[in-house]
Amino acid sequence: MMLFEEAAHQLKLFARRPVAMFFVVVMPLILLLVLTQLFGNERIEGLGLNTAQFYTPALAVFGVVMACYTYLAVSTATARDLGILKRVRGTPMPPWIYICARILAVSVIAFASLVLVIATGALVFGVEIIWDRVPAALLVAVVGALCFAALGMMITALFRSAETVQAAASATIMPLAFISDIFVRPNSESSEWIPVIGNLFPLRHFSLAFQHAFDHAYEGSGFALPDAEGIVYSVLPHLGVMAAWGIVAALVAARYFNWEARAE
Amino acid sequence: MAENSAFQPLKLSRGLPVPMPVISVSQLRKDYTGRTAVNGISFDVHKGETFALLGPNGAGKTTTIEILEGYRKADSGTVRVLGLDPQSHRMALKLRTGLVLQTTALEPELTVAETATAFRRLYPDPRDADDVLESVNLGHMKQTRVGALSGGQKRRLEIALGIIGKPELLFLDEPTTGLDPEARRKIWALIRKLNQSGCTILLSSHYMDEVQALADRMIILVDGHIAAEGRPDELQTLHATHAVIRFDTQGRQLPSLPDELKQAISIEHGVATMTASDPAPLLHELTGWALQTGVDLSSLTVSRQSLEEIYLKLASRTSTAAREAAE
Repeated sequence: MMLFEEAAHQLKLFARRPVAMFFVVVMPLILLLVLTQLFGNERIEGLGLNTAQFYTPALAVFGVVMACYTYLAVSTATARDLGILKRVRGTPMPPWIYICARILAVSVIAFASLVLVIATGALVFGVEIIWDRVPAALLVAVVGALCFAALGMMITALFRSAETVQAAASATIMPLAFISDIFVRPNSESSEWIPVIGNLFPLRHFSLAFQHAFDHAYEGSGFALPDAEGIVYSVLPHLGVMAAWGIVAALVAARYFNWEARAE
Repeated sequence: MAENSAFQPLKLSRGLPVPMPVISVSQLRKDYTGRTAVNGISFDVHKGETFALLGPNGAGKTTTIEILEGYRKADSGTVRVLGLDPQSHRMALKLRTGLVLQTTALEPELTVAETATAFRRLYPDPRDADDVLESVNLGHMKQTRVGALSGGQKRRLEIALGIIGKPELLFLDEPTTGLDPEARRKIWALIRKLNQSGCTILLSSHYMDEVQALADRMIILVDGHIAAEGRPDELQTLHATHAVIRFDTQGRQLPSLPDELKQAISIEHGVATMTASDPAPLLHELTGWALQTGVDLSSLTVSRQSLEEIYLKLASRTSTAAREAAE
């Protein structure tokens, strides 16, 4: 019960932070509208998608990452700077419940942002939802949310102040978003090594696994093993990469996390 | 039977049980890299007391309190809080103790009432949130955002959070540092009221007047050592070995002072001060000189050294000794 009460408490705090609300909930929507207008909502060459079909899932993933990675890391580091984490440690709330409640809260925010982006894509741009792929897409969203929450806790653990955590979050997520098929549509002229680098990191796997659920060029519901030609929608390899990153990040976070702003 | 008494350390000769101290600290030591924060201190705090740790910044007050609270580990020595080791029984102690940390830590976005409710749900048998807020005089500000409170109001809210779980023991780490005199006095009244309701209080402060106003017993900590301990009045009797003669010079040069006076006198901000274990000879000289020269002594006072002066003397003497020892 304490877990859900604390998560509700964290959601209330989020709702009172307009800047955070803007970046997590409003910005993905604005990007969806602007980018679709900018490129025109036409079929993308070489893909079975039009522009909105590409950007809707891509920016839904971006919203999840803004909530679970950036907002979780920055809000936790800010609470640490303010001495709130230390104070919480002096109450009978078990520390793991507090951390889990924070992660649960950002996951709820992420889910709300994701639903909002997809609903906008469907209602404004007619993006089709392929219903038999929804379970796979939801699983991708949950694993992606947990993976990026672990990464968010990791940078909170590795950097000392809210300012440096904020800088680390932006410095990692912005370049990655450009090479992970989120801000920029892939096209045949782009260099060959960019996707190779993107594949090393979890963000591209998150965005591809989620985007393919909206792409008619692929077949199946997502739970099959990948085939040699690459036409079967398979989330499993992507989930594997995200899980690996998430587990390593969680271990690093657990090892180095500090509840106080300064170590002696 | 006489031999048996050695095996009954918990009984007084009259057969009354000796109550276990609420806090027991023995030979506590804590080093940070390159410096010793607490250097082998021992003290006991008894049930119902307000016990103060008085000392300048860096004396080891917060380190001591945070070891008792379970935030830090002692390097050596033993500490017991409510009979328990704060490291191995941290959760049990969190349920039975309340704390106000040295630095204010509140979520600015919440209202006063929401903050109290958020803490209330963490305790098994908490006080009523409204009652607690009334008791710290924030009953009329329940709907105010914490970010809009003054420093003193924030501190009173933190005291409310400290007592909302009905603690047997309350840690107050410099509860009034940085506040204006009126806000400090409000917090003093609150601390007295809490203590009268039966809560044992461990208070740290670098204000002598605060400790004098609130504490039943105290230790003066300087450079991690106990420089003095006892009740405030005991300390005064024990250490106030000197009388202080004061008068206002009204900004004038003092004409033709006799040598005895010249050596003893110090003038600061227009107030001449002389300290002596026996003030009679100095007073004799002084009044004789005033009669001769016509200097106005209507502001003359003779008093025992105040606790503040004793504290400052102990603080500077011990830190000088420590500095010399280090060199």
